[in-house]
Amino acid sequence: MREALTLHANHALLTRANPLAKFGVVMLMTVVLALSIDWVSASVALAFELLLFPLAGLTVALLWQRGWPLIVAAALGGWSTSILAPDTGRILLDVGIWSISEGSLELGLGFLLRGLAIALPAVLLMSCTDPTDLADALAQKAKLPHRFVLGTLAAMRLVGLMAEEWQTIGMARRARGVGSHGTPAQRLRATLGQSFGLLVQAIRRASRLAVTMEARGFGGAQRTWARESTYSALDIWVVLGGLLIAAAAVAAAVGAGTWNMVFLEQQ
Amino acid sequence: MTFSDSVRPAAVTARGWGWRHAGRSQPAVHGLDLEIQPGERVLLLGPSGAGKSTLLHALAGVLGDSDAGAHHGGTPDAEDSDETGTLLIDGAPPRAQRGRAGLMQQDPETQVVLSRLGDDVAFGAENLSVPRGDIWKRVGEALDDVGLAHLPLDHPTSALSGGQKQRLALAGILAMRPGLLLLDEPTANLDPDGVLEVRDAVGRCLDKTGATLVVVEHRVGVWKDLVDRIVVLQPGSATESAVLLDGSPDQVLAQARDMLVAAGVWVPGYVPATRTRSGATGVPGATGGRGAGVPADGDLLLAAESLAVSRERPRRRRFKTVPPVPVQSGITAQVRAGQALTITGPNGSGKSTFALTLAGLLQPVAGTVSATVDLSDGAGIDPYKWKADQLIARIGTVFQEPEHQFVTGRVLDELMFGPRHLGHGEERVDELLERLRLTKLVDANPYTLSGGEKRRLSVATVLAAHPRVLILDEPTFGQDANTWAELASFLSELLDAGTAVVSVTHDQEFSDVLGGTELKLGAPQLNLAAREPGPRNPEVAAP
Repeated sequence: MREALTLHANHALLTRANPLAKFGVVMLMTVVLALSIDWVSASVALAFELLLFPLAGLTVALLWQRGWPLIVAAALGGWSTSILAPDTGRILLDVGIWSISEGSLELGLGFLLRGLAIALPAVLLMSCTDPTDLADALAQKAKLPHRFVLGTLAAMRLVGLMAEEWQTIGMARRARGVGSHGTPAQRLRATLGQSFGLLVQAIRRASRLAVTMEARGFGGAQRTWARESTYSALDIWVVLGGLLIAAAAVAAAVGAGTWNMVFLEQQ
Repeated sequence: MTFSDSVRPAAVTARGWGWRHAGRSQPAVHGLDLEIQPGERVLLLGPSGAGKSTLLHALAGVLGDSDAGAHHGGTPDAEDSDETGTLLIDGAPPRAQRGRAGLMQQDPETQVVLSRLGDDVAFGAENLSVPRGDIWKRVGEALDDVGLAHLPLDHPTSALSGGQKQRLALAGILAMRPGLLLLDEPTANLDPDGVLEVRDAVGRCLDKTGATLVVVEHRVGVWKDLVDRIVVLQPGSATESAVLLDGSPDQVLAQARDMLVAAGVWVPGYVPATRTRSGATGVPGATGGRGAGVPADGDLLLAAESLAVSRERPRRRRFKTVPPVPVQSGITAQVRAGQALTITGPNGSGKSTFALTLAGLLQPVAGTVSATVDLSDGAGIDPYKWKADQLIARIGTVFQEPEHQFVTGRVLDELMFGPRHLGHGEERVDELLERLRLTKLVDANPYTLSGGEKRRLSVATVLAAHPRVLILDEPTFGQDANTWAELASFLSELLDAGTAVVSVTHDQEFSDVLGGTELKLGAPQLNLAAREPGPRNPEVAAP
């Protein structure tokens, strides 16, 4: 868990790009793909994103390991849309209250692809970006307040620590006779107790970490940066690449006649 | 530029200084008068509650804002903290001089701020607005001084041992070039190797920079030769000065040896008196019984056979269950009634993990842990499969961090918890309260107790369920000499009464008192991921 937040030995090309450039592209993709629900724009974007995997040092196995909740969510969204959306066109499957028609299937597929196309850039970003570098870029380039950015960064380190602590507290409580057996109500109470134990430890740790940071002079109005966040020619390519993918997705959908501005339609 | 020409040793002056924490009725420090010359190295001693940590925090400038000025003419509000007298570094208040003093605390996990080695060292210097080029020069020098220069700058800080984390913290402090080093029990949570690592690094840096040192630590032997002055504090009052004794180490130790011993300070050359085991099967220090599994008289209760252990759970991958990589394997050991088993070995050798597996709290990766019929009493052979209440009546486990095991808000409820669940054994609670000196604390909240009290309570709560096997993870870590002696004596009594005691410990004197056999685990297997968390704060952390 703690190790999941570092880059290990990832030396892929995109690890060298400025995190803010990558972050900007992710935002751009999200906005463009949120505009329309159609399967063409989503699949074009998705195809390009898959092509980027090697550049970010990401493999399908790693993707599943880090992004499976997003993938499962996209699949569930697609499935429920297919069975719940109003039926249009030929009915393909009808099981009582659930039915899948050509129209609802198309909509569901669009939903699934879109979910994946929006989720993937975020996974790509995190797989080729060290959180410390992202914090540097957000504070130095995006000019977010450094106290906020660095405070969040330091707190993120504690999150991994807390995951280990949760396991330990669970064992320590079993050794006191608080079991994960019993009725659901008893289990709920046991979990609440364990959460309280974790909360106490989290607060102690956090306040001690705060003292450490303050004793190292953190909290002043001015500070210098040991790591300068810089842009390079690579970042131009990153941004251009992002624009290209977005434009290609929109153009393909408009060309295929499936571009469907969800928000405009309702008015 | 080197440290020596850039560090200006700081002077400390306290005149009638006192501090009351917000929400407390009594001041933590009262009427402190103390002069520390630039470059002096001072060891602060004193009973818990004498305000040692408060003084260090104040010097580091991290105590909350005081409202001393806000109450002119009015009565001070108990909800706010309150400062009296003056405390100065080089004639100015510590708060106004960021970076003049550097503070190291005891929990290694919270001494690390960032996830890459070099970035963490640079953090303090950045905050002091040191120009970028200078920062990296300082980082390199500081890492060199603490002996971590062999690691790459992007080395993950989470992969460091406890002693390395503390040395990293020292490097981060050195990079700020403070004139005053403040160490608050910097080695209390480290194993013996880690203690020396940190102590030697501090010594080297002081020799190089000439900075002033104030260290709080109750193991006097570790620091005695490094400091040139010992100051003993006491809880000050209107009539008594906060400084009880002040002088050279030899002088103070000669003058106040008995008093320090009585206060639980680890005075060099003194091992607290403990109860001797009657008819002990293992003679203290005897080597004949080394290696577990030596036939002995006590009934066999629990046995580990070719055991491989890990904290990780098995993973599912492509419909197959993939077992985790063990931190240690091939462990065979026997736990017998009335006998002590001590588990030793270097950091990362899986000592705690083995103990937790033996205790039925972790699933073995390979091999078996089996309870004999004597112990299982109908609950089945595998302790991991026992229900929680079956487990506590058979095997009791005391974790390194007592707070992890607190499940109620009152000392008495804490002790009654096990017996109430089991439906018997409540009569034993009074005896335990008495024996472990907790009688006066029955209504207190467990979280508010002192370190030694928490340790005694955690042992008592586990024993209240009357287990035949007691497993303890580093029970003596960070304990003062009095708690240490009480614990060792109490466990030797339990052994004589027929309880099996298994302890994970680095503490040779402690295992000598208990006798029995020693199981020595080898160096960690060559696997970078197999890292056992280093010893940590007895007040906070995971074992």
